Order: sequence, then C-alpha cells, then structure tokens
Amino acid sequence: MSEGHPADSEAKKAWRTAFEKASLRDAPFETMSGVPVEPVYGEEPFPGQYPYTRGIYASMYRSRLWTMRMFAGFGTAEDTNLRFKDILNNGGSGLSTAFDMPTLMGRDSDSEWGLGEVGRAGVAIDTLADMEQLFADIDLSVVSTSMTINGPAAIILAMYIAVAEGRGITPDQLSGTIQNDILKEYQAQKEYIYPPRPSVRIITDMVKYTTAEMPRFHPISISGYHIREAGSNAAQELAFTLANGFAYVEAAIAAGLDVNEFGRRLSFFFNSHIDFFEEVGKLRAARRIWARWMKERYGVTDERAMMCRFHTQTAGVSLTAQQPEINIARVAMQGLAAAMAGTQSLHTDSFDEALALPTEKAARIALRTQQIIAFETGVANVADPLGGARYVEWMTDEMERQAEEIFTHLDELGSGSMLEGVYAGIDDGYFVGQIADAAYRYQRELNAERQIVVGVNAFTDGDEETEVNLLRISAEVEAKQLERLAEVKKTRDSASVAAALAAVGKVAGESDQNLMPVIIDAVKAYATLEEISGAMETVFGTYVEQSIV
Amino acid sequence: MTTARDPEDLLQRARSGERRALGQLLTVVERGGAAADELTRLAHPLFNGAQIVGVTGAPGAGKSTLTGKLTRLAVINGDRPAVLAVDPSSPITGGAILGDRVRMNDVAGEELFIRSMATRGHSGGLALAVPGAIRVFDACEYDPIIIETVGVGQVEVDVAGTADTTVVVVTPGWGDAVQANKAGLLEVADVFVVNKSDRPGADDARRDLEMMLDLSHVTGQEDASGYRPPIIMANSLDGTGADEVWKAIALHRAHLESTGQLAVRRRGRLAAEVRNRLAELVDVSIDELMESSDSRALLESTNQKETSPAHAARQLLDRLFG
Amino acid sequence: MADEQIRVVLAKLGLDGHDRGIKIVARTLRDAGMEVIYLGLRQTTKSIVAAVEEEDADAVGLSMHNAGHLTLAPAMVQALADADLDVPVIVGGIVPNVDMSELDGAGVAAVLGPGASAEEVVKAVADAVAAKRTQ
Repeated sequence: MSEGHPADSEAKKAWRTAFEKASLRDAPFETMSGVPVEPVYGEEPFPGQYPYTRGIYASMYRSRLWTMRMFAGFGTAEDTNLRFKDILNNGGSGLSTAFDMPTLMGRDSDSEWGLGEVGRAGVAIDTLADMEQLFADIDLSVVSTSMTINGPAAIILAMYIAVAEGRGITPDQLSGTIQNDILKEYQAQKEYIYPPRPSVRIITDMVKYTTAEMPRFHPISISGYHIREAGSNAAQELAFTLANGFAYVEAAIAAGLDVNEFGRRLSFFFNSHIDFFEEVGKLRAARRIWARWMKERYGVTDERAMMCRFHTQTAGVSLTAQQPEINIARVAMQGLAAAMAGTQSLHTDSFDEALALPTEKAARIALRTQQIIAFETGVANVADPLGGARYVEWMTDEMERQAEEIFTHLDELGSGSMLEGVYAGIDDGYFVGQIADAAYRYQRELNAERQIVVGVNAFTDGDEETEVNLLRISAEVEAKQLERLAEVKKTRDSASVAAALAAVGKVAGESDQNLMPVIIDAVKAYATLEEISGAMETVFGTYVEQSIV
Repeated sequence: MTTARDPEDLLQRARSGERRALGQLLTVVERGGAAADELTRLAHPLFNGAQIVGVTGAPGAGKSTLTGKLTRLAVINGDRPAVLAVDPSSPITGGAILGDRVRMNDVAGEELFIRSMATRGHSGGLALAVPGAIRVFDACEYDPIIIETVGVGQVEVDVAGTADTTVVVVTPGWGDAVQANKAGLLEVADVFVVNKSDRPGADDARRDLEMMLDLSHVTGQEDASGYRPPIIMANSLDGTGADEVWKAIALHRAHLESTGQLAVRRRGRLAAEVRNRLAELVDVSIDELMESSDSRALLESTNQKETSPAHAARQLLDRLFG
Repeated sequence: MADEQIRVVLAKLGLDGHDRGIKIVARTLRDAGMEVIYLGLRQTTKSIVAAVEEEDADAVGLSMHNAGHLTLAPAMVQALADADLDVPVIVGGIVPNVDMSELDGAGVAAVLGPGASAEEVVKAVADAVAAKRTQ
C-alpha cells in the first residue's frame, strides 16, 4: 500500500483521502515479479477529481473491475435464457440483451415485417410472457441487466418491471441500464418509430420515472458506438454522442427535472476501434468534456452528476470475414485500449461476428479475452496508466479540440440550444451527411491501400474461409414464436387490453403526464409490443427518413 | 437496349395504363434521337392540358418532401399526379444519385408516377428531356405534373419556364446564400414557400421576400395583371402549409386561365422548345463545320493574327447556311 | 448502344437499418458514371418493383446484413419475374461463402461479399447489365 508524502500536492492529498475511503478488492496489486505498484502515477487531475480525465473514481479498478458484460440474445426467450445462464456460470457479471429486428422496431413477430426476421438478430419479445421466460430462474434483484433497445424502450422497460413485480421484487431493487437513446437512431442506427420530439418526451418520462422509482437503474445509455459503426471518425463519435447528451440534459431540465438528480443516472456507450491511442485519447477527452459542460454550462454541482460513466464495445465493423480467427487479436487490443482508458463495463466481440451471430465457443473466447486483460496483464492495478504520456495527452487535447468545433456548429444551428441544434441537425441531415462522408472517405482509403486491413487488402493468404461454424437460426424459431404469441392473444382478456391501450393513447396526447405507469399497466394486461407502440403512433405519428446519401 | 422499343407501341400501352411501358417511354425521351423525335410527333397532338407545376429552390430546402405532401393532396383530391424529380449529374463522372423519390414514398399505388431524372451534364439536353417527359405524362392523362429541380441557377430558371406555376422554396437564412440569384427567383416565382418556418429567421425570410416583391412593383417588373406571388410559411416535415401551397397553386392556375395567360405561356413554351431543338440541330452542324479543312484554315489565320475572330465567325456563318 | 446510361435501383429489404454499405455503393456507382435511384431502408419487394417500372432501371442492388438473404433475395427475384421485369438482382453485404451457390440457384445475378472492392462492385453491376442487354 502506498504511503503519503509530505511533498504531495493538495490535489494528491485529496485524492489519497478519497482513495483511502474506498474498499479494495482482495488482490496483491503487484507486478508478476512481485513488485508492488502505486494506485496511480503522475499529475493531477487524479482519478475521481474534476474533470475526471483520468477516471471517475479515486480507486478505479482496485475497488471493482469493469463489468464484463457480454451481449446475448437470439431465437426464442428460452434459447436466450439458456445463454444467459451460461454467461452467469462462466463468470460474466452482468446480462446484456439483444433483441430481434421486429422487436427493435416495435413490431410483433406476426407482423408483415416479421417474415424471415423473428429471432435472428436477437431475442423475440412480443409480450410479457416472453419477458418472463427470458429471465426464468434468474434473480433480478441480484443480476444487473442491460437492454439494448431504443424505439420501444419504454415498453420493454415496463415489461422488465412487470416481471420483477410478479416475483415480489420492487422496482427500486432493480439494477441495470436500458439504451433508450433515440437521437442517435436518427443519426446512425435507424431504429426509430416516432418523430424526434415525441420520442424525446418518452425519454424524459422514463428518466422522471426511474429517478423516482429505480435509483439503481440507468434509464439512458447515450451511445456513440453505432455512430462509429455507421462510419463516423473518432472525433465525430465523441462529439455527436456528447452533443446528444447535452440535448437530453436540456430536455430533462425543460421537463422540470433537477440536473443534479438525473445527471447521476446518465451513462454512455462508446466504441473501441483499432487505432489504439486515438481511442484512449477519445475516451479520456469524453470524461473531461462532459464534466466541464455539465459544470459550466448546465450548472451541475453534484460531482456524481458530472461523471461520464461508460460502457465500451469493441468495434464490430473492424472485424473481418476473411481469416476470422485474427479478429481475436483485434478484439484483444481494442479491449485493452478500453481498459486502459478506464471503462466501467466492456463487451468484447466474438471473432465470428462478421459472418453471423456468435457461437457459444466464440462468445466464450471473447469473455476469456477480457479475463486475461483483467487478471493477467496487470493493467488494472494502476488507474489511467497511460496518463502523462505525451502522445496520450496530446491526443486527448486534440480529440477535445475537434469535438468543440462540432459543438460550436450545433450550438449555432440551435441558436444557443444544443437540443435545438441536434433537432435541426437531424432534420437537415447534417449528422447522416457527415457520417456518410467519413464512411466514404475511409472506403476510398481502403481501396487505395492507404488504409490497411489485414486479410482484406493485405496479407490475404489464408482468406479461403476456414470452416467456421456459423450459427444459423432455424426457421422453427419463427414458428414457435408465432405459436406462443397466438396463445397469449387467445388467453388474455381483450377488454382489459383495449382499455389499457386506450389509456396509453390518452396519456400520449397529454405531454404533462407520464407514460410509464400506463405502459406498465398495458404490458401487465398482455398487450403486445406492436399494440402498445401503435397506440402511441396514432398520436405521435411515425418518422420517415429524408435519405441523405 | 437491343430489344426494339417502338415508340408507337409503347405509347399505346402507356396510355392504356401500363406503367412499365411509360417508364420505357421516358427512357426514349431521355435518350433523344430519332425514336424521341418520332415519339414527339405521335404524342404532341394528344395534348390534354394537364397542370404543370415547377418546384425549385436551393438544395436542402425541403422541395422533395413538400412535393410528396402535394402529391398526397392531389391523390386525396382524386387526381393522378406525376412527378419528375431532376437532380444534377456529376460533371466529372457523369453519374448521379437520385434520392428524391423516397420522400414521396407514403403515397401509395397506382395514382402516382415518379420518375427521377439526372441532368446528364447537358443543360441543353435537359431543356428537351423535360418538355418531352411532360408531353408523355400529359398524353397518358397524368395531372398535375410536378417538375422538381434542385438549385437556383440559370438552368433551373430555364426549367422553371416549362411550368404553368412555379413554386420557389426558400428556408430561413436563404438570403445569404442566393443574393446573386434573387432576380432570377423573382422572375420565375408564382408562389413562394418559406420552409422550415419553425426555425429562427423565418420571419426575416418572409420580410425579405415581401420587400423584393414591393420593389418589383415600384420598378414595374411585376406581372402586368397585378398578380402578386403569395408567401406561404411551411414545415414540410409535418405537412404544415402544404394545404395552403396546394390552394395557392390552384388559385394561380385560375388566374392564368381567366387572364388568358395560360395560353400565352403555353405558346411561349412551345416556341422555346422549338428554339432549343433548333439550337441543338445547329449545334451539331457547327460541330461538323468546325472540323472541316476550311474552318481549320480560318482558325490558323486567326491564330496568326491575320484574321479577327469576329470576321472568322461571319465567314463560317455564311458557310453554314450557304 | 453499348454506352447507354446504366440506371440502378439500390435498396434494403426488411427491417435491417445498416445503411453504411449501401450508401458507399451508391457513391461508388455514381463515381463510375451510373445513375443510382437510391431507395434506402425498409423497402418492400413491392416498392422496389414500382421503382424499377417507373425508372426503367437496368438492375436492382440489394444490401443485406441481417442473415435474411436466403429468404429476401429470392423473394426479390420472384417479385420482378412476376411483374415481367427482366432485370438482374445483385446482392451485397454479409453473405457467407457457403450460401452463394444457393443464391445463384435462386436467380440472383451476382453476390458481393464483405470487403468487395469498388472495382468489383462496379464490374458486377456492369457485367450483369451487359449480359441482359445482349440477350
């Protein structure tokens, strides 16, 4: 254990005070050779100190490693339930749920859009019955669950709450996060249902509800991952994500929420791509920028509400179908960058993901990769181990500088409101245009071999696809799901369903009312996802993208 | 396409409702040449007098979305609208990305026909393809026919001349971007739309336009019949103002009919089309002439400063028609 | 005849929202001198057929990332055939090698895997169109 020194700066002393209050993991915090190491080296700001460039907690991974949260979900709720139990048994500490395309778009498995899509990209959820099955024999008061869904997020969250309540678990016991970041959908992932303004209203309703009822649940994970996957560069990922964050903050303030209260509930989700130092710089800059804006622009006084806590996922788009096993190396380095940049939770991709949903074995290798980083490399012994390196500090500053340029543009576009600037940017196609330009530029670099991707435009020996076992979703999944859905529709009480849906429609039309309670009632009546979404679509309309190529 | 596309056959099938045939006919128009001339001959007498609406404005102003809303109103009204969405071709590669039709996607079915057209780098060619397409749509009883073009440059002003009613779409802050083209806008606009009117600067945009219109009254440039283009505030994303635009178009049409202006415009358009065709034919002759040995000799003489370019041109003119 | 402008309809069928690849292909084809009628996301075979008819398109390009290719691509081929439109369908995106022969059997004119170069994409479209034109 390190000792204080009389020559320590005030900042260091403050850090040490905070560090000593933290409970630490039972680990030696030594190198492999037995040399004890300090919790942090170098200069202020220290981890846990504004503006948190070096980490949001004084003790970082010495207290708790990042959550090893592995994404899973495919087929029916039963299939995913088994995969969940596998993950928990293998040492994963949190569950992360992927939903199928119809569910993500608020459609039922029996809708015309369901054909060929049910259970393929994730688990199919049509009613509360599926949700109950998804979490069968899993103690929701103990496990932390992340749900990756946006357009119909309110409905899925309502189902989660309903499952827990059905087992005598009150909402305040639930921990986890729901992605629920609709702004990036218009910019990148395209999983929207309603237009931007009503969608932001739904989000502020969810934030209000969780702030009051579910203190351990993060109601929004402001995401840059998808923006990056869609083709943006690192600075754009950083800036667009934080700008969306500022937009939500302004929306919540306008809805009467206390910025110190809900600021603590926000979390972020970034990509970890293959240029190692750019990623480290980007993530450090994220913390610094967020803290500064929250404090200076939005008047936040509670420290916890200034912290940019984030989950990271290694870049799916960097995985190659050619020589897929080498993706294991890519993922390892991307995971390492995220760990060295102080992520709170991490998902490492499976090597076969460029081709299909990951097989069990591939998913396990991905988890083991994280475990090697955490338990073998020693990088978790020291907070912000790269801090102070000249390249890293320069990169952090550079990422911040580029991001600020983008913020200035959006602020102008919105005449002093980031929320309005983001709305205008969405309407004008600014974000999708920037992203498409960056994606095209990158593609041209690849084509000209100025950018190298091993196995694709260089070192292509070995490209003949090795017999990778692809995960195929059988057509039976769709059949089974349709059967179950039909069964639920038969056995539920249609009068209650109709009444519940009417209530949803009514509250949707009243912007000062919170939608969560009526949606929870509707899911408990076993109304389907599409029915509930439909009740809101009638009031809000649907969003049609103005394609910008 | 080596499969013979006989204009007469295609025209007959298109007029009886076959969409595929109409699509192929439009290709004949775009490609020009003998087949297109034949088509012109066949279709010209089949004139039905459809209302022709031009929608123009700077890129990003929301023209396609507005056009989409207008077609929706047309269909609800029981009409059979056709849209010609014109976008620029890359001057370097000759290719184009034509992405306007998706903004009109929510209008279903048989009543609406959308064709995307690239300028193909020949503004002259475009001047022929658009009237040719209009003629074909009209012969197939589409009404109204909406021509949507991007930009506010000379080409677009020309294309706007092919419409009965031209709608010019601007957005808040437009004044900064298109100073140079204000005069052109004023001449062609029959209806002004300030789109994205929920943004700051919308009122300034409106005032700007009002002032321009006032000025044209003072300078005597405005329409002799005293018609003053209305300025409509709109938001094409949620449809605000689309109704008013639709009504304004109808009002302008009525104005044209009652003042006899419609006939004048149609005559003018035909004259312009003939002129453009003539210019294209002459252009071909000029190209041939410029390759001749006589002309080369003249050019060399000009180069040696023995002949002036003006004189050389006059000599060649004589040869062209001699 | 040989030099006549090529017009390609580009679209994604089904709910999949990944449009990075299709946007790149649009620009690639434009840069190769083609006219791209860009329909983008969430199209149905019906909307694509309507576009092919109205635009007199020479080819249809489908971008697939969602493992739906074995259902959706053959459906597209069929829909075009039903509408009497003799137009080649080219599929690009995430298609495992093992599936390519099945798509071929279903009448898909060409399949471009992930990592296909710009030249390969342009050639696939140009070749498919040329093959139809000389039939």
